Amino acid sequence: MSEKLLMKGNEVIAEAALRAGCRHYFGYPITPQTEVAHYMAKKMEQIGGVFVQAESEVAAINMVYGAASTGKRVMTSSSSPGISLKQEGISYSACAELPMVIVDVVRCGPGLGGILPAQCDYFQIVKGGGHGDYNLVVFAPSSIQELYELVVHAFNVADQYRNPVVILGDGYLGQMMEAVEFKDEEVINKVEKPWATVGTNMEREHNVITSIYIEADVLEAHNNKLQAKYRAIEANETMVEEFNCEGADVIVTAYGTVARIVKNVIKDAAKEGIKVGLIRPITLWPFPKASFEKYAETPKGFLCVEMSAGQMVEDVRLAINGKNSVDFHGRTGGNVPSQKDIMAIVREIAARK
Amino acid sequence: MSIVFDRPHALVDKPLHYCPGCTHGIIHRLVAEVIDELGIEGKTVGVSPVGCTYNNYEYFNCDMVQAAHGRAPAVATGIRRSLPDNVVFTYQGDGDLAAIGTAEIVHAATRGERITTIFVNNAIYGMTSGQMAPTTLVGQVSTTTPFGRKPELHGYPVKVCELLSTLEGAVYIERVAVNNVQNIKKAKAAIKKAFELQLAGKGFTLVEVLSTCPTNWGMNPVKSIKWLEENMMPHYKLGVYKDISAE
Ligand SMILES: Cc1ncc(C[n+]2csc(CCOP(=O)(O)OP(=O)(O)O)c2C)c(N)n1
Ligand code: SF4
Ligand SMILES: [Mg+2]
Repeated sequence: MSEKLLMKGNEVIAEAALRAGCRHYFGYPITPQTEVAHYMAKKMEQIGGVFVQAESEVAAINMVYGAASTGKRVMTSSSSPGISLKQEGISYSACAELPMVIVDVVRCGPGLGGILPAQCDYFQIVKGGGHGDYNLVVFAPSSIQELYELVVHAFNVADQYRNPVVILGDGYLGQMMEAVEFKDEEVINKVEKPWATVGTNMEREHNVITSIYIEADVLEAHNNKLQAKYRAIEANETMVEEFNCEGADVIVTAYGTVARIVKNVIKDAAKEGIKVGLIRPITLWPFPKASFEKYAETPKGFLCVEMSAGQMVEDVRLAINGKNSVDFHGRTGGNVPSQKDIMAIVREIAARK
Repeated sequence: MSIVFDRPHALVDKPLHYCPGCTHGIIHRLVAEVIDELGIEGKTVGVSPVGCTYNNYEYFNCDMVQAAHGRAPAVATGIRRSLPDNVVFTYQGDGDLAAIGTAEIVHAATRGERITTIFVNNAIYGMTSGQMAPTTLVGQVSTTTPFGRKPELHGYPVKVCELLSTLEGAVYIERVAVNNVQNIKKAKAAIKKAFELQLAGKGFTLVEVLSTCPTNWGMNPVKSIKWLEENMMPHYKLGVYKDISAE
């Protein structure tokens, strides 16, 4: 019998991680994701797991690096300014190919910004943020149920590809209460980790976890290996929701909670005889380019809506590649794009020749 | 014929890349001898720093993890908390530990992490060609204190053992030097004790080793040892700063 509960997003993140077999959590408090740490602190002590409140996000991500080196399923969570501090460790982890799950419950910026929800971390999560050529697998859930399922999936993907994986949610997702139905048993991808530094037990050569390759050709070979892995992830792990796109007059694209607003717009527009489609990237990296290519010439125009000044829209434009117009609507500072404002732009695009 | 002196098993059979006369090599050997004597190579995980010894993971035979600059104590925390029955050590220079990694070492000690830190104080940034370290002495010339370290411009050299020994989570803190045979023996005894206390689950242990950097000090190895004795040892006094097993 599966279990249906009404829970807050941040608590679902923690619960899902525990269900995925995560017994190691390292973090530093920051609004609006602190409940993840509260939940973990309590549960880990009860079940004999590891919870450490680190001295900073810099330390937290490096503790994750250490725990991941031993092959343990490990997670950290933070919000935008804290993620900025983690970027050093994230780059090192990507290079050292350490599986880990990093949760970013995004708040508005730049700077200390504010604590209200936003989507302005797309650049720093999807486009790197840290130094070097690397990619993180980035999941952007839009409901609490999906949040739960993607957190569990994230641990599997991290282990399978030996790569850091990010759950990118906005503050709404963290704070929102919604029904979530937990499975009786999770699908756990049990991956052997012969590379883990757990002690040689005098039975094998020593294992080394490192991100430094001083010689140009050696580092390039390592980069080529990483790039080959990223191509495999692109081929196998892209996730997207295409809704109502066949023959649409306008296709709106949005991720996370903004996509939920767009679904309401779709209903409003239908009443006016305008067919609006939605392309909702579930993985922001790998970006679902194929969906945009498929429908590039279908609508009169595309509209990208974000709680940012325009970040994902760059990837949308690259995917559309000049085959159609791509308008943008965004709000910042913790403001949310309204149904009314989105509808006005939809009407305008639909009226185009 | 019996072998009376050999490479410790915990050291890989590989020539070290350090400059002639650099005492990093001696310190590596001491750590390896202790690992051998305690029979812990199979369950030890070491953490390499950023500094001249960034790749000492190539030299130690135990499992090794390379950490970002200054972050070794945090990385070691993650490892130790994941492997409660293993032994974890960090090997860090003075720039790594006492400048960029100050927060990480202070809080690893504060939490009483059951790790051992080998802290190599050579009063300089060796790897990046001789800039001022937090431990650079007053008056000492470096590439970023070309007219000598002046307190009014550059502050004062930090005494790590004195600082960390105030923390309750630290159970063993000793400063040693590798300037002569007698002190090298003491250094080894200190490193051994630190590992033993870790094995006993007591808390955070650190051994500071005064070390030379002939290359960036601009001296030959013999003069370097003399400079260490005449300049570093009066400021950085050798001795046990904390030992809960003696209390
Ligand atoms: C984030 C970062 N900043 C700066 C550096 C450059 N860097 C490499 S080693 C080093 C100093 C190391 O000095 P120390 O810790 O004293 O070690 P030593 O070489 O003297 O043994 C610096 C500044 C780096 N690698 N990473
Ligand atoms: S630069 Fe200095 S610390 Fe580095 S290996 Fe050479 S002598 Fe040793
Ligand atoms: Mg140094």
